[in-house]
Amino acid sequence: MLSKDQIAQRIAQELQDGWYVNLGIGIPTLIANHIPEGINVEFQSENGILGMGPFPFEGEEDADLINAGKQTITAMPGAVYFDSATSFAMIRGQHIQLTVLGAMEVAQNGDIANWKIPGRMVKGMGGAMDLVASAENIIVAMMHTNKRGESKLLEQCSLPLTGVHCVKKIVTNLAVLEIKDGAFHLLERAPGVTIEEIQNATAGTLVVPDEVPEMNV
Amino acid sequence: MALNKQVADVKSALEGVQDNMTFMVGGFGLCGIPENAIAELVRRGIKGLTCISNNAGVDDFGLGLLLQKKQIKKMISSYVGENDEFERQMLSGELIVDLIPQGSLAERCRAGGAGIPAFFTPAGFGTEVAEGKEVREFDGKPHVLESALTADFAFVKAWKGDTAGNLIYKATAKNFNPMMAMAGRITVAEVEELVPAGALDPNQIHTPGVFVQRIFEGSNYQKRIERVTTRSRQ
Repeated sequence: MLSKDQIAQRIAQELQDGWYVNLGIGIPTLIANHIPEGINVEFQSENGILGMGPFPFEGEEDADLINAGKQTITAMPGAVYFDSATSFAMIRGQHIQLTVLGAMEVAQNGDIANWKIPGRMVKGMGGAMDLVASAENIIVAMMHTNKRGESKLLEQCSLPLTGVHCVKKIVTNLAVLEIKDGAFHLLERAPGVTIEEIQNATAGTLVVPDEVPEMNV
Repeated sequence: MALNKQVADVKSALEGVQDNMTFMVGGFGLCGIPENAIAELVRRGIKGLTCISNNAGVDDFGLGLLLQKKQIKKMISSYVGENDEFERQMLSGELIVDLIPQGSLAERCRAGGAGIPAFFTPAGFGTEVAEGKEVREFDGKPHVLESALTADFAFVKAWKGDTAGNLIYKATAKNFNPMMAMAGRITVAEVEELVPAGALDPNQIHTPGVFVQRIFEGSNYQKRIERVTTRSRQ
């Protein structure tokens, strides 16, 4: 079973040289620590920066320089700041090559829910709806099951949707999966995790090929 | 001659604000918020306000200060976590909350200031955000009709400004401020440093002064950080 950091490490292997990438809050943020050798990417944060750098050293925080998770950050050489309309022009206009975000539920048709639990939690969607509606390439980073042990990979989402038919790839603590033809297709399994364990943790339709290699993390 | 938009202080800058008005308030989280204008709204105690702002502050700062005093009737925002009082008022029904996607919020403000009454966006299609809204397909993809937003007053915060109302923002404190400056019927800009017209390089202006009706130099900025995050020097 993968740690959250290993999930990030596995997703980092999907990065391609020259990409602009938007990382969501949580596990996706960790991806910046695992950029493969020889790959040059630039990170966008939708509150208004391209070329986001690492967290500042203690004492060098700037209240005017934060990411979409409201954490203090730094700017890389060549970075640029812009307003929110320009930021979402980059996103909707498909100038960002990869979006990685977390989810509460993903359905086998590619629907995603991650912004509201009716009656319990309403924090808002932030930029998630714009991101999932527009990005060509969306990877969901999440745990395979929720805190109660229930599968987050479902036949259909039970929570209010963030977007429809948009998720194509999922990396969880158990597996890498692709969504295609209305089903989850198992691509890779976490080291030491059996196919049966993945099947048991997946409520939606799971297609298992003859060969399922272990992830390289 | 450049027009002079300078007013003496925050009190004169907020002349004319009344109960039940709609305000736009710039900022993302606590970054780039008009601290002086918010403090003056609290002092004036006006009520029944509709506030258009990406976030609702935290319990004891930003728009959270207006929420504490129950001055806000309705919030139009994209993300409202990090605020217990907000959550309490929302779940009890005291506060009306309209949550909309962040990019749609930004573009609705921009459209309001740019004379575009509505636009189609893919964001929110198939979700509760699209309920009751016209959906139309372009290039085989469904889009939702979103309408422009304007406000009686827009309160924005910039780093530097001149007496002609031209504004320059710093880093990610820019966020929603430029679009909201465009969409206010009266836009009040507060700046950390106010200089005479002509002192700023026209090449570097982010918001042209035509969008700003009143400008003043703010004071006592706290510039609170919501999540101080650092790395070790090793």
